Amino acid sequence: MPEPLLRYLIWPLVKFLVAFIIVQVIVAAMNWVERRLLGLIQARLGPNRVGKEFGIPWGLAQIVADPIKFILKEDIVPSSSEKVAYFLGPMLPLIPAFLVFCLIPYGPPPTFVVTHVNVGLLLILALTSTGVYGIILGGWASNNKYSLMGGLRSAAQMVSYEVPFGLSIVGVLMLCGSFDLVHIINYQASHIWNLFPQLIAAFIFLVAMNAENNRTPFDLPEAESELVAGYHTEYSAMKFAFFMLAEYSSMIVNCCLMVSLFFGGWTLAINGYGLTTGVLRGMGIAGGILGALIFITKVMVFMLMYIWFRATFPRFRFDQLMDLGWKWMIPLALANIAVTGIVVLLGQQFNFQGEVVLSIAGAAIIAFTLYLLLRPRAKVIHARRVSEA
Amino acid sequence: MSPELLVFAVIGTIAVAASILVISMRNPVHSALFLLLTFLCVAVLFVMKGAEFVGAVQVLVYAGGIMVLFLFVVMLINVRHLPDEKVLSNFWKGGFAVGLAVFILFVTLVRPGVYHDPVPSDKALRSTYTYRHRKVKNPDGTVTRKLIRRGKVAGNSEAVAMALYTDYLVPFEVASLFLLVAMIGAIVIGKRELSASEEENIPAYMLERSETEHEIKEAMSA
Repeated sequence: MPEPLLRYLIWPLVKFLVAFIIVQVIVAAMNWVERRLLGLIQARLGPNRVGKEFGIPWGLAQIVADPIKFILKEDIVPSSSEKVAYFLGPMLPLIPAFLVFCLIPYGPPPTFVVTHVNVGLLLILALTSTGVYGIILGGWASNNKYSLMGGLRSAAQMVSYEVPFGLSIVGVLMLCGSFDLVHIINYQASHIWNLFPQLIAAFIFLVAMNAENNRTPFDLPEAESELVAGYHTEYSAMKFAFFMLAEYSSMIVNCCLMVSLFFGGWTLAINGYGLTTGVLRGMGIAGGILGALIFITKVMVFMLMYIWFRATFPRFRFDQLMDLGWKWMIPLALANIAVTGIVVLLGQQFNFQGEVVLSIAGAAIIAFTLYLLLRPRAKVIHARRVSEA
Repeated sequence: MSPELLVFAVIGTIAVAASILVISMRNPVHSALFLLLTFLCVAVLFVMKGAEFVGAVQVLVYAGGIMVLFLFVVMLINVRHLPDEKVLSNFWKGGFAVGLAVFILFVTLVRPGVYHDPVPSDKALRSTYTYRHRKVKNPDGTVTRKLIRRGKVAGNSEAVAMALYTDYLVPFEVASLFLLVAMIGAIVIGKRELSASEEENIPAYMLERSETEHEIKEAMSA
């Protein structure tokens, strides 16, 4: 077999398939994890029965039972739906959601990096931004007012939160000077996790990625108390499962981005000490697997955070959602970009580490916010006590 | 036939066919979807020319942002059944004439060797200059700062950024100003004063401030 064919086609394809299968197993398992964890948080049991006959504990067989149920259920197509768009709806979001998995580095290169694109991050953003078409199309093609409302809400929400989502990354790009995720991760290992100098950006990214995936405080497109089930009201069986699959896949993608951009990816190092890429590569294949395990662990933490948010926060009202996006997130992201740019430029001129200054500034912002949040409340409580006494 | 030419032929054909379908479809949603397909094909063509950055931005901005808004508006108005109009409007002769004129203009502009490929190799496209101040020690012992220009082969995004923020800074800023003016205009046109009856009908929760804000005000006045 010719060498370039092996290097550029066969080998990336094998790596992509392995990564893809692992991710899909995680997606299937996440469904069970989510229901069990929600049960735990809400003081109930969750699915704990399936598989008892075969000696499988904790209802783990639910992971297999759910897909079987989806495949075997009756596939209902509304008679007055727009047929082509109705079929395309669930399939369109799957393409970008799966394609993105070949752009994410899961561990130390070259073994765990599927493809190395020098505008990788931008391409990931571009692909994830096209995921909304399926939802809009599905909502419109169902010929159902609730579905249409869900699709429209989703379109407005995705476009609004795409902006802070992208802007929050710009600060990281300015610090690291590259669109390449591998470079960004190595930079964090040799300096400090971007979480600290880019604290505000990390917070905006966390909020925006929740909104991008239509997850619960921001799940207005499928708000069951208002829109029945939103854009997927008319979908059943495997078509509905496709929507679920796309949603959970893009959740994992966003968690991978969060980890790579702000939490050091597969490395566990600060200022070049600890498990950097070089150290992991020195350990051979074991180091590679260790790096991948660190990466997956970090991603899992954020997946659990998604569920935690879902169990904790009440749903926003739509005007509140728009206010939060346009009046708070975008100005905050722009301010973050301006400050980061100025500090990086000054650092280049006067030879100091911009990260250190920004980290201190981030800590100061947290302290000030806590002070602002706590002070008037304390005063109010005090005033009430005085008036009662 | 080289593989590149083959890919160009396929993608180019799809792009042209899709853009013809955009204007010939009866349903506006279908038109919008074919326009999306055209954008994606053009992005592939950009990547083939070695402009990965422009290709990615093409998908991000046009496919991810603008087309979503198009679809949003089309669905909000929800024109599903159009009255049976003629496929061609009354002005088709004039339209064809203008289209032909523009086509001839482009064909004469994009001649190979004239405007086509102003930069001979993609190595040159990727090389940028970085400017940096460097402290230089003079022979008499004083230290002065000197601007140093260093050429380097960089990525696609750096090349675009260098071009935008050095040679083409003024056009870039003028374009951004135009966009700002357009946005303000859209807001002015879209915003209207509510009549007295409409103002009465605003639900109370829309006007109410949040509880925390009340508490803060209370605490501040106390």
